[in-house]
This record gives sequence, structure tokens and C-alpha cells, in this order.
Amino acid sequence: MSKVHVVTNVNGEPREMLCEPQQSLLEVLRDELGMTGTKEGCATGDCGACSVMLNGRLVCSCLTLGVEAEDADITTIEGIAEGSQLHPVQRKFLEHAALQCGICTPGFIVATKALLDRNPNPDETTIRYWLAGNLCRCTGYDKIIRAVQDAATELAHEA
Amino acid sequence: MAEARDYRAIGTRPVRPDGVDKVTGRANFGADMTLPNMIHGKVLRSPHAHARIKSIDASRALRLPGVYAVISGADFPSGAEGEISGEGGGTVSDLAKNIMARDKALYHGHAVAAVAAKTAFLAESALELIDVDYEVLPPVLDVDTAMADGAPLVDEHQRTGGGQGDAPSNIAAITKFERGDPEAGFAAADVVVEGAYRVPTAHQGYIEPHACTATLDEEGRATVWCCTQGHFDVRSMTAGVLGKSVGEIKVVPSEIGGGFGGKTVIYLEPLAVKLSELTGRPVKMVMSREEVFRATGPTSASHCRVKVGAKRDGTITAATAWLAYEAGAFPGAPVGPGCMSVFAPYDLDNFRIEGFDVLVNKPKAAAYRAPGAPQSLHAMESTIDELARKLGMDPIDLRLANCADEGTHAPYGPTFPAIGIKKCLEAAKVHPNYTTPKADGTGRGIAAGFWFNIGMQSSAEVRLSEDGTVTVMEGSPDIGGSRASMCLMAAETLGVPYNIVRAHVGDTESTGFCNVTGGSRTTFATGLAVVQACEDIIAECKQRAAMTWDIDADQVDWTDGEAVPKPGVNIDVAPLSLADIAGNAGRTGGPILGRASLNAQGAGASFSVNFADVTVDRETGKVDVLNFTAIQDAGTAIHPAYVEGQMQGGAVQGLGWALNEEYIYDDNGVMENAGFLDYRVPVASDMPMIDTQIIEVPNPSHPYGVRGVGETPIVAPLAVASNAVSDALGFRISDLPLSPPSVLAAIDGHDEA
Repeated sequence: MSKVHVVTNVNGEPREMLCEPQQSLLEVLRDELGMTGTKEGCATGDCGACSVMLNGRLVCSCLTLGVEAEDADITTIEGIAEGSQLHPVQRKFLEHAALQCGICTPGFIVATKALLDRNPNPDETTIRYWLAGNLCRCTGYDKIIRAVQDAATELAHEA
Repeated sequence: MAEARDYRAIGTRPVRPDGVDKVTGRANFGADMTLPNMIHGKVLRSPHAHARIKSIDASRALRLPGVYAVISGADFPSGAEGEISGEGGGTVSDLAKNIMARDKALYHGHAVAAVAAKTAFLAESALELIDVDYEVLPPVLDVDTAMADGAPLVDEHQRTGGGQGDAPSNIAAITKFERGDPEAGFAAADVVVEGAYRVPTAHQGYIEPHACTATLDEEGRATVWCCTQGHFDVRSMTAGVLGKSVGEIKVVPSEIGGGFGGKTVIYLEPLAVKLSELTGRPVKMVMSREEVFRATGPTSASHCRVKVGAKRDGTITAATAWLAYEAGAFPGAPVGPGCMSVFAPYDLDNFRIEGFDVLVNKPKAAAYRAPGAPQSLHAMESTIDELARKLGMDPIDLRLANCADEGTHAPYGPTFPAIGIKKCLEAAKVHPNYTTPKADGTGRGIAAGFWFNIGMQSSAEVRLSEDGTVTVMEGSPDIGGSRASMCLMAAETLGVPYNIVRAHVGDTESTGFCNVTGGSRTTFATGLAVVQACEDIIAECKQRAAMTWDIDADQVDWTDGEAVPKPGVNIDVAPLSLADIAGNAGRTGGPILGRASLNAQGAGASFSVNFADVTVDRETGKVDVLNFTAIQDAGTAIHPAYVEGQMQGGAVQGLGWALNEEYIYDDNGVMENAGFLDYRVPVASDMPMIDTQIIEVPNPSHPYGVRGVGETPIVAPLAVASNAVSDALGFRISDLPLSPPSVLAAIDGHDEA
């Protein structure tokens, strides 16, 4: 099967790549573009470790084909920090010890930013249901939820 | 001897040194490795739970363009010998046969061949072109069947205890502990309670699948990059399986995306090395989630029977336990530690414990957080709960009346030094979540947890840079913030700020030997090595200061990160800071480094008490956890946020096992839920906040009083859930999981009865 030429935008930068028709966006990001911050935990859309933003929507990049990225705007974990400044969500995950092993963390941070972009003041239940597609096996979620709540508070003060 | 005292660094909650890399996606995990010219390996796995492998024909696969090599059991040396180190134990021979089947496939998912090809996709396509001729055999899938006369044999050569004389058996080993006269104890009891409890096969469920990349050079020296809890053990296990010396293998640990015991053993590394040897290229292998479920470390399903007798006042007079654990396809269920844990929270005069290590056609059990203890203590703590009901006693008071304490002769042998079970129980008794009455229609459950903790071997080096900043080099993969703990202990010992210390995990050729990050040993044992290496630095710095001041080293003190003349030494000099001494090192003898290596003793047992309130939906069988309180003795909490994190994470893992997780097999031994959709681990919306209270009874064997904290948290939640659900329903469900279908069936059965 011949490869498909795809032109896309990743974290605000135009990127070109050749991808196999069956390659997932996750595989393309990791294997073709070398952006390994996005993780694979299951490849079946159940764990959320591969969460990215595709045209403003939170998606599992393992369930999205690389060819679907044509002309799209993609935001990955590598694009969350603003220059040399961590995003408040990243900082709050660190301050609250909201990660242990760290493999799920990129997905949680992308998903959390997506939540706070659309709902700046979510209650605990909303946060828990929004993040129910992201599995964490280490933390028991407690410190993650608190980090998200604190990030929301800080972002509200900034706004 | 450690006593609670004021610390400057220890007990604070700074950001971990590896944190920024982990929130930005920069941290490299097992699957993130890429090398020039790299190709990809995939494993062909048995579709049968039990089958004789009559032949393997790879010729069709090898004809596929881009396929470089195919290997099977015949490519590995036979007769590998020796024991493997680490938490799980077992023999190199069994490990080798688990990694690649030889004459028989012993579980659905057992590796039978592996392919190296240009891409992972091509390698997977090639698997379909390998022709394996199987003679399908009847599988045996649970301990009761496996222990019965006439059961199919997983291994026709297996004899109980390894003996030669008896008939072959699926019972690989029997463990016994006994003290006093249990029969007399039961005769003296006013109340006797007994029950049988089953716990299902569960997976550690780390989010990162196993992954490795290996390359072999022309001199036969291998380099392996992998995600592991212990790269030195990967080195020795890989060497053992391949018949190489450890000196021929270098293992570089990546960041590790969870392990919980399941990454103390190996699956892919020898295959990748062998494929690299055959192809002359680096080979990368990454498991799919399905492979992780089918072929890697679940923990043992178990059948436990516990009987406890007591006087009216609650004094336990006797207890017995009969514990049968699934080993999977090779000996090595964690039934030994299950036996040693079952009565550990209690001070008993009369008891008998029997444990059975039972082969079944399931993946070889791997260590899972406090291996063996959740199963046996689920049985014991459920029984204690029943006893409390029968006696009409508060379950905490019943435990306080019988709990172990300093000086108690532990059921598994040693006499306890200072331990925290009593303090945990007392803290629970007055905790606001406990003194608040449970709401109408809810159930409350309480249980105790325990883990031994281990010491084992660790090394550390501490180096001073010329500006006085400190580098800690050690060999314990950081699975949950241990670099931060190392930095805190180093900062405390040296008397310097946390932020000038950086801890690194070195590869097998960059740092001294360390056993696995397991057994809750890292903060204790590797931490001890770091503290001793820092003391080495201090001794050297005092020497250098003495040289600078032209006095004797024993006339120098180390105070708040500075060398100062001892009181009474008649010399007028300014103190020398670490930076002063480091900056002048070239003129006082050269670079300054400290080192320590040890085999740590006195790990210090860790006890916990957990309780929770639940509701049970009688229409659907769904259990909701309303609140959960975890109280645990940490000795001294070096970084309290990560101690709380262990307690919270363990609680939720234990609740997942109790409430939903299980391997579901069909009659042929095919696992039917090998994915996160159907093997459902807890998600954020399933759980409440997990309240924690850290108790600190310092471990006398550690300079800062550290006890391991990582494993104990998973132990109590199983019985907490059982006891709470039983309290809500008014009758007991003995078996786990308390998933909606089984709870609903139990409610229906009870209503009909």
C-alpha cells in the first residue's frame, strides 16, 4: 500500500508527513513526527493516555487515523506549555503530586485543559466525569482532582 | 535508633526533580526509544490454554519481504539454572519457558514464536503466516479443580515440593505454620466463626505496556533499554535465559509507567536480544494491551478458609487458615507471604496456617503490590468482622483487644520491634469519619492491612559539583516519586537546600547494584544508601576543611551544611560551606564523592487501618463508595504527598479488585475480557476523595525512621469493601468481586432463601 501525504498543523506549526492509510494519529505523532509525549496505553480508546486536541475537540489519537489530520489543528502535550512557562494545569499537577509514574499524565493534562477551556468552573462531579476516560492506576485520582480544582481557581483569578 | 524529631527537608512537599519532564511529555518511557536502523519484533501467542506444540513452521512468514527472522523455543538454550532474585522469585528455567514455550503451551497467550520485521505492522502480519501444529489438551482453570484427584496436569513432571517419589500433582508446594494448640484453643472459645472466601485473578493494570529495545554488537555484548522496576534484575534474568554472563549485558532503564510488581519480571528482553543477534539490527518490542492481560503477571486467584475462635470478651483463643492460590502455569504463587500475612496484625497463641501453591492453565502469577496479602487478609478481616457481629463488639475494639504490638511474637517468626497497628486502630476510633454515624441505608466496613516490607541490596553515589550542587546517582527506578525522597534525605543529611540536590537513576554500568523497586524497599534501603553516601561526603568535607585550617579532622563539626571548628578548638576561621569546599576541591585532594552499598536489614513492617461507607443498589447490584479513610504507619513520611499518594492509589486499586476487576475465562481457558473496556479498572467518576492519615512510628532500623509504604495500602480495601457491603445488605457475600452481576445474584439468592 502506498503512503499518503498529509499536511497538518501540530502545536501551531505546519507539519508534513507520509503515513500509511491504517496508521493511527497516535502512531503518526510518535513514529513519524517523533513526538513521543503522547502515550499509548491500550490503542482501543479506553485509557486516554493518547489524548490530543483535534480541531478543538478532545480525541483519543489511537482512534483517529493519521490521514484524518489533513488540514487539521492538533494540540499535543508538547504544545501545552506557553514557551518556557508551564501552563497552570501542568504546574498544579506538580504542586499537588498529582502524578506518580507519569505515563497517564500527558493525557490527563490535555484532557484537563480541554475541560477548563470550555468550563472554567467545574464542580468535583463534573471533573470526575470529564476525566473518566483517562485511566490512572497510581494516584486513586484524589490528587488529580484537587490539582484540576486548584488550576481552575488560579485560571479564574487570572481571567 | 530513630525517634520522631524536627527535620528541615524531610516532611516537606517539594516538586519532584523529574516532574517537569513528566508534565511536558519530555520524559522517555519504555516505548519511546528509537535507534537508527531499528526493526520491530512481535510475539505469536498460543490460542489454546493448554496444548502440546507438535511443530512450528515459519517458512511462509520468512518469505514475506521485510521479515528478517523468526524464533521459537528451540532457539533458546535448555537447562538454564538458578533462582531469580526480586519479589516474585522462581527459577530461571521456568522464567525461560514462560518467555517462550517449549514442548507445551500452558495458557492462552503463552509465547510460542517471535518475528522481527521492518515495521511493527509487518511483523504482526507475519505472525499469521507461522504455522503451529497443536494437540489441544484439557485445561485446568481453578484451584479446586486443579487440586482434585484426576485433574488434568499442567506439568506432568511436577511433584509437590519438588520431590521425586509421589505421583505428579498440580500442587507445586505446601507451606505450613503452626503454634500452640489450635484445637484446645477452639475448645476454649465461646464463639467460633468460619468462612470460605474466593478472590479472582486480577491484573496490576499499569497503564504502560511492557516495552524494550535491544541491540547486540559484533562482540556479543547486548544493550537493552526497557521499562522495568529493576534493571539489574533484568540483566541477570536476561543473561540466565540466554546463557550469557551479566557482564555481556547492559540494561538502561527508561521511565516506568507503573509496575505494582508486574515489572519485576521479564517477558520481551531475551526475545529482543535474540532477534537482534539474528538480524544484526536493533529490535524494538512493545506489547499491546491485550498481550499485557493475556501474557503478563496477573496475581493469584485464591480460595481461602479461615476459622477464628474467641472468648465473650473478644480474646481470640485460636485461628486456622487454609489458603490455596493459583500460581498460573509455573510454580510461584505468593501463597508463602499470604500465609505469613494472614494473622500478622494479631497476637495469637494458637494457630495453624496451611498454604497451597497450585498450578493452573493461566499466565504465571507475578508480584502484585503486597503479593499474597490482600487475598489472605481479605479472608481474615472478613472473619474478624463476622466475629465482631457475633460478639456484638465494635470491630475496632475487637481488633484492639487482639492486635500485635512491640514485643509480639509475629505468626511468621520474628518478634516485632515498634510497630504502628495499635496507633492506627486508636486513630481510626477517634477519626471524625468513624465517629460520625453512618447514614441510613449505607453500610460501613473496616479492616486492617499489613505488609512485611523488605530491605535487600542497594548502592548509591553522591557527587559534589564544583559549585557545591549535589548529584545523587542510584539504581532504583523511580516509579512514584522516589527521586524526590532521595533528594530530601540527601538534603537533610548534608544540611543543604532540597533544590541543589538532583537524583538520577543510573543504568547497570553507571551505578552500583540495586535490587528491584519492589517490596516497598526503595525509600528505606536505597534511601539508607543515599544517607550513608552523604555521610561519606560529610566525612570527606570535614577532612578537606581540616586540611584548609591545618587542624585534625576530628576537630571539625558539620552543622547546617557547613564545616565549623568543634567547640573549644581555638581557631578563628569562617565556616566552610559545601560550595566553598567543593570549589576548593582541586587544591585539597580532587573531586569529592561519597558512596555506600549495603544489604539493608530491618525494613520495618507497615500496618494500616482502612474504613469506608458504601451504598448498594438493590435493583442493579451496584456498589458506590461514599467515602474512604486510609490510616497507615509510614514510620517517617519523607515526602508526605507521595506517601498519601501511595495510600490513595493503593486504596483505589484494592477497591477496583474488590468491586469489579476479574479475569473472565470461558470453559476452554480463553480470557474473554483482555482489554480496559471489559477489565474495568476504577475511573475517576467511580471514586470519592480518599482521606488519609499518616501515623508515624519511626522504624528503629533507619536513621530517619522510614518504613516502606507502597504495598500495605492495597491490602485492607478488599475486606473493607466486603464488610461494608455485608453491613449494607445485612448478609455476607464472601466472594469477590462485588460486581453488579454477582451482588445482584447474591441479593436474589438471599431473598429466595
